[in-house]
Amino acid sequence: MEAPLTSAIQPGVSLDIKGYEAAGGYQALRKVLQQMTPQEVTALVKESNLRGRGGAGFSTGMKWSFVPMDMEGPKYLVANADEMEPGTFKDRWLLEGNPHQLIEGMIISAYAIQAGISFVFLRWAYKEAAREIRRAISEAYAAGYLGRNILGSGFDLEMHLHTGVGRYMCGEETALLNSLEGRRAVPRAKPPFPQISGLFGRPTIVNNVETLSYIPHIVSKGVAWFQGLSRTGDGGTKIYGVSGRVNKPGAWELPMGVTMRELLEEYAGGMQHGYRFRGALPGGASTDFLTDAHLDTPMDFTAVAAAGSRLGTGTMVVLDDHTCPVGFVHNLEHFFAQESCGFCTPCREGLPWTEKILYALEQGQGTAADLEQLDLHTRLLGPGNTFCALAPGAMEPLQSALKYFREDFEQHVHEKRCPYGNHTY
Amino acid sequence: MATIHIDGKSYEVKEGRNLLETCLSLGLDLPYFCWHPALGSVGACRQCAVKSFKDGQDTKGKLIMSCMEPVKDQLRISISDKEAAAFREQVIGWLMTNHPHDCAVCDEGGSCHLQDMTVMTGHSYRNYHFTKRTYKNQYLGPFLNHEMNRCIQCYRCVRFYKDFAGGKDMDVFAAHNHVYFGRHQDGVLESEFSGNLAEVCPTGVFTDKTLQHHYTRKWDMTYAPSVCQGCGLGCNIIAGERYGSLRQITTRYNGAVNGYFLCDRGRYGYEFVNSPRRIKEVAIRGLTDTAIDTNTALQYLQDKCKPGRTIGIGSPRASLESNFVLQQLVGPDHFYLGVSDTEHDLVSLALKILRQGPVRTPSMQEAAAADAVLILGEDLLNTAPMLALSVRQAVRRQPAQEAMHTAHVLSWQDAAVREAMQDKHGPCFILHVQPTKLDEIATGAYHTAPDNIARIGFAVCRLLKAPVPEVKDLTEQEQQLAQQIADALMAAERPLVIAGYGSGCEGVLRAAANIGRALHDSGKPAMLALTTPECNSMGLEMLGGHRLESAIDAVVNGEADTVIVLENDLYRRLDKPVADRFLKHCRELVLLDHLYNATAEMATVLLPGGTFAESDGTLVNNEGRAQRFFQVFTPPGAIQESWRWLLMLAAATGNERLKHMAYLDDITRAIAQRLPAFAGIERLTPPADFRIAGQKIPREPHRYSGRTAMLADVNVSEPKPPEDEDTALSFTMEGYRGEPPSSMIPFFWWPGWNSVQSINKFQVETGGPLHDGDPGKRLIEPGSNGQHGYFMDAPEHFVPLAGHLLLIPLYHIFGSDELSVHTPAVAERMPAPYIMLCPEDAQRYQVAENHQLQIAIDGHPYTLTVKLNPAMQKGIAGVPAGMPGIGISETPVIAKI
Repeated sequence: MEAPLTSAIQPGVSLDIKGYEAAGGYQALRKVLQQMTPQEVTALVKESNLRGRGGAGFSTGMKWSFVPMDMEGPKYLVANADEMEPGTFKDRWLLEGNPHQLIEGMIISAYAIQAGISFVFLRWAYKEAAREIRRAISEAYAAGYLGRNILGSGFDLEMHLHTGVGRYMCGEETALLNSLEGRRAVPRAKPPFPQISGLFGRPTIVNNVETLSYIPHIVSKGVAWFQGLSRTGDGGTKIYGVSGRVNKPGAWELPMGVTMRELLEEYAGGMQHGYRFRGALPGGASTDFLTDAHLDTPMDFTAVAAAGSRLGTGTMVVLDDHTCPVGFVHNLEHFFAQESCGFCTPCREGLPWTEKILYALEQGQGTAADLEQLDLHTRLLGPGNTFCALAPGAMEPLQSALKYFREDFEQHVHEKRCPYGNHTY
Repeated sequence: MATIHIDGKSYEVKEGRNLLETCLSLGLDLPYFCWHPALGSVGACRQCAVKSFKDGQDTKGKLIMSCMEPVKDQLRISISDKEAAAFREQVIGWLMTNHPHDCAVCDEGGSCHLQDMTVMTGHSYRNYHFTKRTYKNQYLGPFLNHEMNRCIQCYRCVRFYKDFAGGKDMDVFAAHNHVYFGRHQDGVLESEFSGNLAEVCPTGVFTDKTLQHHYTRKWDMTYAPSVCQGCGLGCNIIAGERYGSLRQITTRYNGAVNGYFLCDRGRYGYEFVNSPRRIKEVAIRGLTDTAIDTNTALQYLQDKCKPGRTIGIGSPRASLESNFVLQQLVGPDHFYLGVSDTEHDLVSLALKILRQGPVRTPSMQEAAAADAVLILGEDLLNTAPMLALSVRQAVRRQPAQEAMHTAHVLSWQDAAVREAMQDKHGPCFILHVQPTKLDEIATGAYHTAPDNIARIGFAVCRLLKAPVPEVKDLTEQEQQLAQQIADALMAAERPLVIAGYGSGCEGVLRAAANIGRALHDSGKPAMLALTTPECNSMGLEMLGGHRLESAIDAVVNGEADTVIVLENDLYRRLDKPVADRFLKHCRELVLLDHLYNATAEMATVLLPGGTFAESDGTLVNNEGRAQRFFQVFTPPGAIQESWRWLLMLAAATGNERLKHMAYLDDITRAIAQRLPAFAGIERLTPPADFRIAGQKIPREPHRYSGRTAMLADVNVSEPKPPEDEDTALSFTMEGYRGEPPSSMIPFFWWPGWNSVQSINKFQVETGGPLHDGDPGKRLIEPGSNGQHGYFMDAPEHFVPLAGHLLLIPLYHIFGSDELSVHTPAVAERMPAPYIMLCPEDAQRYQVAENHQLQIAIDGHPYTLTVKLNPAMQKGIAGVPAGMPGIGISETPVIAKI
């Protein structure tokens, strides 16, 4: 089984430039600079139907095509490496194991939109990744892959590493751009989209690490190869992960469209002894629960959506039968309430409210009216009602928990205690 | 135009505005917080949600935020939709999770936008049963209270303070539901416009601290539409009174003048009205033992005011009516301008330029629409603060236009426009004697002597191909600057040149006029704004009179016995030795004024003249806009309008020119009839006999409380309210409850809209003119009084004189104005007197920072504390203008060291 993104990565080793080149690295870049126009690169990526791996699944080539190529002045490319979705650790694997793959992807992408300056916006806690990226960037400069007149092509690109200060909000691309500008990490209204007015008000593309890392492979091996990797209409492989009380939690690069069951049973080794599967968040903390009824759902953008959730980052968080779903969701809402940027009312005030209700339920102080409030919040904090997608994402685990585990919530109310005996902080 | 459908009804509306402002302009009620007509939309509060439908078939629809939605043809929305209404109610529910239950003790209560919106959405029951978050408040200086627990995080404060007004020391801190709006630490808010936070804040986070010292609810005040006395710009204000003291000044919206805002001098400088230094009774020197009633005073004066032997000295801070009556009382031949000769020369030159030149002088609204600005010799934030706010908006024009074009956004999409334009500014050049706070937005700022500023101005004019002589001996830097300025002005569509009294230099005014004319001659719709020092400087100049110096001659030469001084402290017009000599020679010195001042010390007769809050009258601002201000309350004691005193005196002395005049309208009509320059001022507002449905317009809100009780300690019978025979406003709560004519709106209130946000209901469209036009009448239009050509005489290059310093006035928003410093809060912000030198001069005269420097003017010694400023030019020293305790009134002047 092919694993183009991760096959060169060895545990505990960060591939340096020599190792990367030996594995065929920077050949795609040479090909692009020597043989392809920027428009051709964009067309290729568009044709591949590479969908953004950050969670939204938007067509990467389409995103690039919105950049006004005739606009004078600087353009920017930004790698969103602010991986902070609870339960998600897929980009870290790529960042620490093979930073040059990302850098090559970024150079090609920057070339496609003719950006002259690029940034890696990295989660502050990824200290090791920061060290490796910094090293890899300087190696790339030394080798002439970055800087002025790259490989004699006349194309210039600067690349900088920017480490964030630990705000989940920065995963949202416009908040990331504000943060990168030195402003508060609050999202921006769209339109205008970053492709038109992004970093410093200039055309900017923000792509996820996994997305950008794929670019060299698509360039080298072509569209048909890329699509052939997948079991479904969404091309390529995907890094999937599983966390929770499974035997072998981890992350694996697998063909797009493996089923939840395969992931859980074959790769994660099934549930730990004595624990039963109750449900999972298929794509990180901000996705709806799926339950055993959905275990045969192929993990791609379309099928997971049809099952009532989102593929998100593709890293599954498993809920077992010994863990209180109320406490589980409380933990998540605590995170989301704390990470709300405070810009729009429903998110700023609504999330702490849900968190407090969930806490009260766990303490045996919840009421039936509280459950109604939770229901109300899952409806009112929906997409479009809030300024960005943070609160709607936060409502996804809550609304599906209320749907699938309603009796647990009601038991908390009736018994005036947590039946699992769990204690949340 | 577009047709949109709201709840099944169709409306013809402007395309491209946002849906919220469109709904409000249509008179529909839709709650909002973060949007402000002057600040645009950011979509933070989510309060203005409505349901939008794709087409007539779509019954499901989706919620949209109306402030973020551009109006397009066939937009189909519902405000009353149940889901939308429930969402809006819940937004208040969310805000209330942390908002305290302190309306009863909150200064905002009764004029609170949050209260109004809460009622509007129907939220009445709190479902949230957890604890509220709390904050520590900050000390923000003498003007504003800070009560962060009330904050609903609408972000308007920082958007006004930082984005709109350019403030640096306020921001938003922290995140999630602990967002904090304030300074990085306790301290005085530095912005000259901080007081607007009290009006911009939709609830009680920022409230007026001066009001709190004598707090009164909005509904309990007696209000009148008025005009600010703080400088020459004539911003429109609303003044509120209770129990005979003035309590608060708020913005009176005027789309053409000050819009939604005021500067802090204008907002807080009102407390001189309540000052213990007020002259409340008649006083006659030598008659201290007996109480002097009005009749005694008039009898006394009847003998003293002999025709031909009496002269009058007018005032730039007195109404047109008071000045006119004095002029007619003593006769135009015996009427003198109560300003220093330097100031008179500057203002009369400004008037000549505006009248006889071809260039139009802009309103502040028009100034804000300029796309290139040249400021010659003015420190606007200190001489005409609100014009500086217009300049701040003007420098955004060019980059904002460009940003709107490249990012495909509309002007009200505030965050997107600001993001796309970043910190770019349109062309703005500031030439001043020292750095000004506005320099930060300047493309180029240059600091040199006023004469040199004028020379650069003349050079710019020549570069604009005007037939003026070449200016020789400019430095290379100055030549480049002139070229840069000329290029920028020529490239602009609506260039604006600003100069005025601040430089104290006529050459600067001439240069500004020349540049304006040259731009005009090359086909540009150029604008020329010239500042004037006081609220009626322009009106007084238009009225005309002799120079103050000749008044001194008249008295010293024995040509006059009695001098009537109108609302003036001559010690601010003349250096102390000169004033002393003059006033000692007056046989009778009659002063009509508000406060005991240095002139009052010398007066033989004191007549208590009403302040703006106790008088009706007309003022003419720097734009030549005549504006009416109305009496707020009937003052205690013998205080009455100066013009009424003077009319009584005219009657007592049998004056023919003022026969049959008793009321304000009589005077205003006479001015308009006798002086063509003032034609039309009688129609500034409806006359005294104006009625709507047979009723006057009440100065008091209909909820005014305590009328039967408030004077019960004096007399249990409720006194008859005073009658206003001069205007169509009444001093009561009874009267016409609908919308008054725009020139006489005493307060903004509308059913369901108790806060200042009710202004929306009085406008043609939000942010637009008031319903029957913005008040005021422009009296000066280009070429209205002959034609002047280019000024040909550039001043000589400034050369320092050995052993001497040229003293230049430096203005201070808090301190340079005579009356506003009587507000304790304003006095607190006043700098200590100083003399500002460059380090080289300090070395030459062997002084250092904080040393005392002795100087002499006309042989009279003055001692001042040294302040160093490397940007000052050699041979020049700055002294604070108009500040108490300095005694140098006539600047610029050469001082010997």
